[in-house]
Amino acid sequence: MSLPFRPVILWTDALLFVLLAAVAVLAFWTVRNPQWRRPWARVGNSPVAVACLVVLGAYALIAVLDSLHYRPRLPQAVPGQPAQYSDTVRSVFDALTPDLWRVQEETYSAPLAEHLFVRQPQTLPDGQVVRVYPRLRIAAGSGPGQRWRDIARRALSGAAAGLAVGALCAGLLAWRCGRLRGARAWLTAAARGQAGWPARTLVATLTLVFVLVGVIAALAPAYHVLGTDKVGQDVLYLTLKSIRTGLLIGTLTTLVTLPLAILLGIAAGYFGGWVDDVIQYIYTVLNSIPAVLLIAAAVLMAQVYIETHVRMFDTNAARADFRLLFLCLILGMTSWTTLARLLRGETLKIRALEYIEAARAFGVGHGRILLRHVLPNVFHIVLISTVMDFSGLVLAEAVLSYVGVGVDPLTYSWGNMINAARLELAREPVVWWQLVAAFAFMSTLVLAANLLADVVREAFDPRRGGA
Amino acid sequence: MMRYLVKRLFYAVPILLGVNLLTFALFFVVNTPDDMARLQLGTKRVTPEAIARWKAEHGYDEPLFYNPKAAGVDKITDTLFARKSAAMFLFDFGRSDDGRDIGQEIRTRMWPSLAIAVPVFVIGLATNISFALLMIFFRGTYLDWAGLALCILLMSISGLFYIIAGQFFIAKLWHLLPISGYSGGIHALRFILLPVLVSIVAGLGSGARWYRTLFQEEIGKDYVRTARAKGLSEVRVLFGHVLRNGLIPILTGAVAVLPLLFLGSLLTESFFGIPGLGSYTVDAIQAQDFAVVRAMVFLGSLLYIVGLMLTDISYALADPRVRLG
Repeated sequence: MSLPFRPVILWTDALLFVLLAAVAVLAFWTVRNPQWRRPWARVGNSPVAVACLVVLGAYALIAVLDSLHYRPRLPQAVPGQPAQYSDTVRSVFDALTPDLWRVQEETYSAPLAEHLFVRQPQTLPDGQVVRVYPRLRIAAGSGPGQRWRDIARRALSGAAAGLAVGALCAGLLAWRCGRLRGARAWLTAAARGQAGWPARTLVATLTLVFVLVGVIAALAPAYHVLGTDKVGQDVLYLTLKSIRTGLLIGTLTTLVTLPLAILLGIAAGYFGGWVDDVIQYIYTVLNSIPAVLLIAAAVLMAQVYIETHVRMFDTNAARADFRLLFLCLILGMTSWTTLARLLRGETLKIRALEYIEAARAFGVGHGRILLRHVLPNVFHIVLISTVMDFSGLVLAEAVLSYVGVGVDPLTYSWGNMINAARLELAREPVVWWQLVAAFAFMSTLVLAANLLADVVREAFDPRRGGA
Repeated sequence: MMRYLVKRLFYAVPILLGVNLLTFALFFVVNTPDDMARLQLGTKRVTPEAIARWKAEHGYDEPLFYNPKAAGVDKITDTLFARKSAAMFLFDFGRSDDGRDIGQEIRTRMWPSLAIAVPVFVIGLATNISFALLMIFFRGTYLDWAGLALCILLMSISGLFYIIAGQFFIAKLWHLLPISGYSGGIHALRFILLPVLVSIVAGLGSGARWYRTLFQEEIGKDYVRTARAKGLSEVRVLFGHVLRNGLIPILTGAVAVLPLLFLGSLLTESFFGIPGLGSYTVDAIQAQDFAVVRAMVFLGSLLYIVGLMLTDISYALADPRVRLG
């Protein structure tokens, strides 16, 4: 008996799960360590941070679902033969949202449209050829006319379902948190913003997300909610698929270079002397090359490598994935220097403190001092810079894809979407929905990340009276 | 001062050498000239002769570091490293794939780049500082909060959006300015207005927020309290004391990017069709013209190092406590 699918683990998938494991370990460590719990509690007490965390959580959930890849089994021609698997790599996210990709149109169609955006030649029964706006394939099931009434009905029922789930969440929270003073009392307090933590914001943001999901889910079977692109793919599907790319670039870049930055930065500050000189030399050289040019040079080289080693990659997805991973690596190579410099400076300060001297006087080894005394005290810098770098990296992807040194043209990404849509602005009438969708989803992510970064920095920076 | 400058100049040499070696490794060792030839000629049906011809045409048919066939000093100089990489120290950038002299291109293309970059730098700096001061003046009120929120919002939108929106609304829909293009002389003004405007708006968010942080640090210091205690008005405190002292880190930071203005902006120039160094670089990247990319990497790092030196000098000039030795 063979599985109906064969799991595929791409490199970036594996690293994403490593990252999730690291976050879990960090969370476990935080819960047990009061010194760390306090700043996180400050983050949790900020309504802005809670709202941002919900939004980022929704994005992250899509990215994780989109990272569980598999190749579906092809229907067997002869029973009893070994199973054949399709060459297209799908993800759990695809399996959950068949409405978004199963129906593909001829070409452009506007959001929620019933007809194609451009005229197509059509042959009438009497042999005459006319140019008409054909009906969309996705709208084939519903009757003509009454479109807005249908849209309103679907949207309302979707919103109602979303509200119901939101109310359920509020109820669950009240049941869980209201043990002391009763669920009803807790609910009234929370609605007034007196729950002791931003419960109202949490429930409101969650409900907003649920309503959005509900409306989209209700509309998706019969409409392209955000229209279709040049080859007739659903724009909403493209934007949602781009989330994974954006998040991976924002997080993996930091993950792959964090060890390097921590190791070199702390070593330079702690050991000083020639170690410091060498490390400073390395990062001055890397810093002095304009980042875009270094990335461009490296990505061009990776392109040559991929094209001369085509056989290494068995699917297109694997090839695109290699390029994404490489882009993360090289973006990291250009950005670790800033963190390393900050860590060096902080380690220099910490090294001179009495407790390090005391540890040394007791005969504690270098490795132990670094691990027990230095690393925990510079870790807030690592955290702050990781969170602050995230949004810049997401934005950088779009720019790099425009220059032609970003992700593979086959990868779903906001940069590729913007690039494809840019030229269509010259059309009359304008095809605007691709650009608006890409910018809206990207800006929401970056805005949430920026706002969260602000709160995290306030909470962790000791100079601002945080931890 | 002189001694310091000479010392810094000598310190710059090993860094440039490092940059040179790194780019050389990226372009010639990780991927050999054979790979490049194959990429340029197309991967399929490439004969070894065609590759050899391409390499000879572009001067890539030499050993990397050491040429045993040559005589005397030529053993070192008749190599790819000496010809293609080390030659850049003499500002000999070689020729691009279409046969043009890169040095000459750089000299003609830097003027349009500067025509955009200098106004963006000057006006942008003034706008950012004014906006930051305005927020500081209204600090603690809703206006400050709204300004900060606006900054974060502006920061969160991709630079591509400002360019595309600017081109679409101002140029295409309202026909106020040309969408793209460039011409010399006084007519250039029409073409640089939109790119300059868009670049200033795109940089406003992060710039103003950063300067606000600097001013805020400054306003918490003792001398500001003294100034207030003297009975100075808030406006005079801000402009006479906070602004003047806050300008030191702002200007020294800005000096560092001054030399890099020559390189122009990749995005703005290529979107608006400005024939500057930024669009030159983008075109070279898209055409995979490695000679040009290498030249721009070298030029960029050289300018960066000059910027670092200028920063140190301006620190010494602006702050009497800093001595260069």
